[in-house]
Amino acid sequence: MLTALVLLPTGVAALLLCVPRSAPRRLFLVGWAATCTVELALTVAVWAGYRSGGGTQYETRARWIPSAGVSYHVGVDGLSLPLVALACVLFLACSVYALRETRRVREFAALFLFLQTTCLGLFVAFDLILFFVFFDLSIVAMYFVIAGWGHPGAARAALKFFLYTFIGSLALLLGFIGLYLAANPHTFDIVELTQQNPLAGRSLYGGLVLLAVGVGLAVKTPTVPFHTWLPPAHTEAPAAGSAILAGVLLKMGTYGFLRIAMPILPDSWRHYALVFVVVGVVSVLYGALVALAQNDFKRMVAYTSVNHMGYIILAVGAAAAAGDGQTEARQLAVTGAVVQMVSHGLLTGALFLLAGVLYERGQTYDMSAYSGVAGRAPVFAGLTGVAAFASLGLPGFSGFIAEFQILTGSLGPRPVATALALLGILLSAGLFLRALQRIFLGPLRLPEAPGADRPFPDIRGHEGASIVPLLVLAVVLGLAPRFLLDVVEPASRGVLELLSR
Amino acid sequence: MSAALWALVVLPLGSGALLAIGGRIVDRVAPLVAVAIAVVSLFLACLVSVAHPGAAARSLVGLPLRLHVDGLSGVMVVTTTAITTAVVVFSVWDIGADEARARFFGLLLLFSGSMLVTVTAANLLVLLMAWEIMGATSWALIGYWWRDPERVGAANTAFVTTRAADLGLYLAAGAALAGGRSESLALDELDRAADPWLSVITAGVVVAALGKSAQLPFSFWLSRAMQGPSPVSALLHSATMVVAGAYLLLRLQPLLDASGWGSPVVAWTGAATAIALGLVAVAQSDLKQLLAASSCAQIGFMVLAAGSSGVTGGVLQLIAHAAAKSLAFLAAGAWLTLFGAKSLPALQGAARRHRMAGVTFTVAVLTLAGVPPLSLWAAKDVLLAAALEESHWLYGAGLSAAVVSAVYSVKAVWFVWRPVPSGDTLRGDEPSTTCHVSVPGRLPLGVLAVACVALTVLAFRPARDAVTRVLGTGGRPVPHLWEFALSGGLALAASAAAWVWGSRPVPLPAPIRRWFVDWLGVEAVARALLVRPVFGIARALAAFDDRVLDRGVDGAAQAALRLARWTDRRTEQRVDGAVEGVASAARTLGRWARRPQTGQLHHYLAQAIAAFSVLAIVVVLVR
Repeated sequence: MLTALVLLPTGVAALLLCVPRSAPRRLFLVGWAATCTVELALTVAVWAGYRSGGGTQYETRARWIPSAGVSYHVGVDGLSLPLVALACVLFLACSVYALRETRRVREFAALFLFLQTTCLGLFVAFDLILFFVFFDLSIVAMYFVIAGWGHPGAARAALKFFLYTFIGSLALLLGFIGLYLAANPHTFDIVELTQQNPLAGRSLYGGLVLLAVGVGLAVKTPTVPFHTWLPPAHTEAPAAGSAILAGVLLKMGTYGFLRIAMPILPDSWRHYALVFVVVGVVSVLYGALVALAQNDFKRMVAYTSVNHMGYIILAVGAAAAAGDGQTEARQLAVTGAVVQMVSHGLLTGALFLLAGVLYERGQTYDMSAYSGVAGRAPVFAGLTGVAAFASLGLPGFSGFIAEFQILTGSLGPRPVATALALLGILLSAGLFLRALQRIFLGPLRLPEAPGADRPFPDIRGHEGASIVPLLVLAVVLGLAPRFLLDVVEPASRGVLELLSR
Repeated sequence: MSAALWALVVLPLGSGALLAIGGRIVDRVAPLVAVAIAVVSLFLACLVSVAHPGAAARSLVGLPLRLHVDGLSGVMVVTTTAITTAVVVFSVWDIGADEARARFFGLLLLFSGSMLVTVTAANLLVLLMAWEIMGATSWALIGYWWRDPERVGAANTAFVTTRAADLGLYLAAGAALAGGRSESLALDELDRAADPWLSVITAGVVVAALGKSAQLPFSFWLSRAMQGPSPVSALLHSATMVVAGAYLLLRLQPLLDASGWGSPVVAWTGAATAIALGLVAVAQSDLKQLLAASSCAQIGFMVLAAGSSGVTGGVLQLIAHAAAKSLAFLAAGAWLTLFGAKSLPALQGAARRHRMAGVTFTVAVLTLAGVPPLSLWAAKDVLLAAALEESHWLYGAGLSAAVVSAVYSVKAVWFVWRPVPSGDTLRGDEPSTTCHVSVPGRLPLGVLAVACVALTVLAFRPARDAVTRVLGTGGRPVPHLWEFALSGGLALAASAAAWVWGSRPVPLPAPIRRWFVDWLGVEAVARALLVRPVFGIARALAAFDDRVLDRGVDGAAQAALRLARWTDRRTEQRVDGAVEGVASAARTLGRWARRPQTGQLHHYLAQAIAAFSVLAIVVVLVR
């Protein structure tokens, strides 16, 4: 089941590439969207068959490179299932958004389908090498998306993105090899490594492995100071590419912390938890402050991603704090971290698609070029307003559920750091309100750039159809989060149990 | 009955959201829907205030969404829905058909719905959710006329300021969880935590409440919030938003007591706000600004009550103030719509022009003045009786604040009852339809004016005992007769003095007067000390990000590139040179080896002889 889920998009991509380029554009686009719909339906089926609290399910294990302890081992549990679902939702939204795409659609569709395989594969992987392969392939696919369909400066940004995250992935590989060598018998299997806890009591070795894995994941997440590839990549990427990059690819980093670093290296994690807390808080505040100073709307959203990912790092760091009687608080923090991944994926995906709408009309992301757009495009303004308020953590949206859990859960174990991180909420409120005011409110002014679409039409059908569901899901999660929490809570309890060994 | 409670909160929130989403398409039906929902909500509120139901839904682990109605909540839901109904009916007249009515009424319902959730919330999670949604809808309502950058700026100021204070609630929630005694964050269990968490909870709650209630030092956002439409001000100042903070303090009065330091801090902040913002009100020359400052001051009394265990008095003050303040804003809004004026000098004679609004406005403002027999006079004495029990100084401060409120109230009344100036500037002079307030405009004014008078009963026996019983507050202390007489007399004397004084400026040095006109200049201080540095840091960090961090990464890449070029030029050339050298040496050797191949037999013979000779010599020598 999972294998089909993972490989279907690539299969379809290969089929699309066999069709001659001269075939009608719609064929590729509709084929792409249909595949994404099937994927989402499959995920819903997986979710429906998933028993919450039942541990890892839909497990498949096949021999792959037995001599090196590598196997094809996939499955889903409460940590990965929400992310698989999120990825399918976002890919579907992007395929709908791209229905009017005109540039080299065959390759575009094929690349996105391949990218979907890598994302889904990474989230269901239970083998370090499998994880690493998908991790690297996602970078490759995203490189081509940015370089091939981005704005004029895309080549450079894409190269920077590729090299930076690729170097990060090498650090990750180094850490994985360290784990492999420490295990007895040697293996790359995540489940076996988790059971073995191979580095218990070897603090220097464990510290070094955690450093390698931590740096690798931190580049991908990204946290301060490894985040500088993110703003140019987002600014130059096409809207759908940005949405996937921020919505799904960033989660690979944070997911890695929960799936690999915490359960396999519990001793080292507890020992160095403070580092993660500090990195998290710095990311929260730094990301929000730098975002506040941006004039470029898309760059601003990119920096808020650093801010939002910072909460996750704070939560996973605080979860390791020693101390009794805080079990409930720590569980809230870890659950909040997973919910934040889902929530950020939905909201930032919506925001980047909206940024794409803005660019498509005005040919610039510069906020000072716009004013009073709400008069011309009220629906667009309304949607952006809702997305912005959701993203600043307004109750009633998923962001609040996530941030409330993270902050209340982390306050007990790490009072000072969490109190500082609270300021991030205020800063993000300020920066989103400022952006809304600059672009949408006030007297009307549109950019004069040549080629700018003077009449500034409101949201079109396919744009609305891709963005509105994301926001609706954010509201559903914000008001009735139980269906997600029922899946996540047992898993976060499991992570904490593994961590406290 | 819990269905009624759900309906009470879901109806306004749901329909409000639908109206706001519907936008201009549903503009025509919006007023009708809003009035209907408001009336139904009022009915439901009366129902639940009698039945006291509770309701719960599963949410976060161990943290259900729990609503509960007790005496205090019951009073609050009735007050909120009643004022909302009045304001919604008035808005049907005030917000014309050419405005975005669906957005306005939708947001108004959302706003009042979130207040209903706030006052029925049984734990911090629900409270915080409603609290923040209320803040966000207030942003949208204040910035309703969004084409004007100044109004949007005002909305941003309001939201950011109140959200800064809201962080206190996040802190309190985290501390309550960490304190471990109240795992469901229930409001009535918060005081069970142990120090230091108890102090953190108290501090967080107090900051959040003071921020929402625009008490010192947060008052300035309310001044800016006056940029919104008048019905919004009427609702925001009387039964939602700013009273939410006072409500929270009244509700959590046991927590303030338990913390040890909470009660006096809160009581004195309330007293200080009541006096200082009263003086600010005296200094204003804009009617809406005057009323806004008076809201801070009047809510200061409620905060004082929460800090001095005078919950009954605080609640009476809250109800009476809700009626009076909403009425004052609606009347002021009517004039603003009719005459386009809100500064006091421009409003001279406004009451004579429009008697209905004039008379009701006068009732409202004299209620604020604390003139007997209007409701705030007696309510204030009930709460001051509790303050007297705490300390004489607190009572004295409260009484002086009451005197100040009489002064600013009468100042407003004096202006609007002036004879119409001869060089008339009010544009309502021409007999046009704009000078007409239709039934939806008049009805709320009349009803609220009656309420201002009738609510007095609540402050006296036996009604007061009934209120005490409903609230379950014990009913002590009871105000003496002399207290009523004293405050009534002072209010009358101050009113008379203010009437005689008229429009002459307050005898104070100009800088001090300006300081009061500027709402104590807190906003400028906040901008200079907080906002500007934050932007400075933000810009500096952005520059750091671009010029240092990013440049560093680029630099690393450049360095790698340079290393590659160097390797290419130096090492690569040498290695390649060595290879080439070997090759050319081999070639040279080959050339040499070709030399002897001449093809002539005698050369080969000579070579063979030479070679064999050498070989023979070597053999001989070696052996």
